[in-house]
Amino acid sequence: MRTWLSIFARLFTVQSSWNYELLVGTGIGFCTEPGLRGLPGGRQGTAYHTALARESRYFNAHPYLAAIAVGALVRAELDELPPERIERFRTALCGPLGSVGDRLVWAGWLPFSSLLALAVFGLGAGPWATVLIFLAVYNIGQLALRAWGLRVGWRYGLQAAAALGNPVLRTGPQYIGRAVALLAGIALPLVAGRVLRDGRVLLGVPPDMTTGAPAGMHVDSLVGLTILAAAVIATLLVRLQGRLEGWRVTLGVLAALTIYSMLR
Amino acid sequence: MSTSLILALALLGGLVGLDVVSFPQAMISRPIVAATLGGTLLGHPGDGLLMGVVLELLALETLPVGAAWYPEWASASVVGGALFASQPVPMAGALALAMLAAVITAWAGGWTMQSVRRLNGLWARRSLSAINAGNPSTVLNLQLRGLVADFLRGALLTGVAVALLLPAMTVLLQRWHLSAGDSSAVAVGIAIAVAASAAWKRSRAAAGASWYLVGGLAIGLAALVLL
Repeated sequence: MRTWLSIFARLFTVQSSWNYELLVGTGIGFCTEPGLRGLPGGRQGTAYHTALARESRYFNAHPYLAAIAVGALVRAELDELPPERIERFRTALCGPLGSVGDRLVWAGWLPFSSLLALAVFGLGAGPWATVLIFLAVYNIGQLALRAWGLRVGWRYGLQAAAALGNPVLRTGPQYIGRAVALLAGIALPLVAGRVLRDGRVLLGVPPDMTTGAPAGMHVDSLVGLTILAAAVIATLLVRLQGRLEGWRVTLGVLAALTIYSMLR
Repeated sequence: MSTSLILALALLGGLVGLDVVSFPQAMISRPIVAATLGGTLLGHPGDGLLMGVVLELLALETLPVGAAWYPEWASASVVGGALFASQPVPMAGALALAMLAAVITAWAGGWTMQSVRRLNGLWARRSLSAINAGNPSTVLNLQLRGLVADFLRGALLTGVAVALLLPAMTVLLQRWHLSAGDSSAVAVGIAIAVAASAAWKRSRAAAGASWYLVGGLAIGLAALVLL
């Protein structure tokens, strides 16, 4: 149990020395190290050093799903399986652990948690409620994934690759994708409304903005127009996918807005 | 802004910058968290959250995938949150300019992350014989060096960005002629557009995603009108 906890704690640093040569290799070596102490001869033994060298070589994986690899590799080393089998397993696991993790977490769980927090903000939540809801939802998912990955790898060793066929990993992105679409629809208008109606943003509104009609009406028109314009630009961005990045467009628009405001 | 406050922001920028890749990836590096913390250091968590929400919309587009270059939103959000919260009275253009400062910092942050990765690579190459010998202290050293380098990267980036961009923002705000409503609408509008396109790209592979989006929009717009 102590070894398991030690490995689990180290998983949080798996990408600390990420580089273009070994990628996450030294991180995997670092995470497996407490388990390798159980090899014959302990920390002074040849088996320990040989295994650590093997585990610190080139490896690539999603940081959370790397837990499966770490657990499985420790189990395989402790079972003293032939080195060539372990090497083959490492090579075979690199691609799937990356792509499954990217789809499930970066393209699924993270946007889901973000949009949920944005919706909560849009409904009027304060700073700490918004932040805590985001952190709680996201981290329940990532901690569960890491713990499950390590447990599966530890238990099944080189058979752990079959865990990638788990229904959550296989069909989870489909369900999360639908939830992301639903939440995006709910959150984005609410966020536009709350940010543009916020006193901090609107207190600088000059008097001419509010003449001729109640201030509230102007604000609502502003929100409506903003949502409409955003929908048109979003459609363009989707159509120009791969050729245009949103943050670059934002940089250009904000720079142009600043220059326009200075010259006006 | 006092030197001690800039140092505190730099420290925060280092901590959240570390979370992007190195440790612990618990997403305290997301704008909604980092900008709120940045605003809190100036005594205005609400302002920080406002900036964090706008930057979170932009960050939805970024996939922090492996070796790819991407803007680093963590330190950038501390900068954005702090700059927005640093305005003593609400001023037209503050939201747009703080957002511009954050996007510039995020762009620079992407390059600094690549530099740290190259530095890690250099250290790894130099230690290759010890790694191949299975030396545990070498592996530990590489991990620690990576952590320290990444922390310093985020801290330096945040400190320098705040020190340079705050005076620039103050000057620009004095010459800002557009109304607060118009300039905020443009800033928020573009962020919403980026978020909407990102959400659609992430979800469109799911069966029936378009209906979920339309349904969500109906709920969101109804809530906007009713609340």
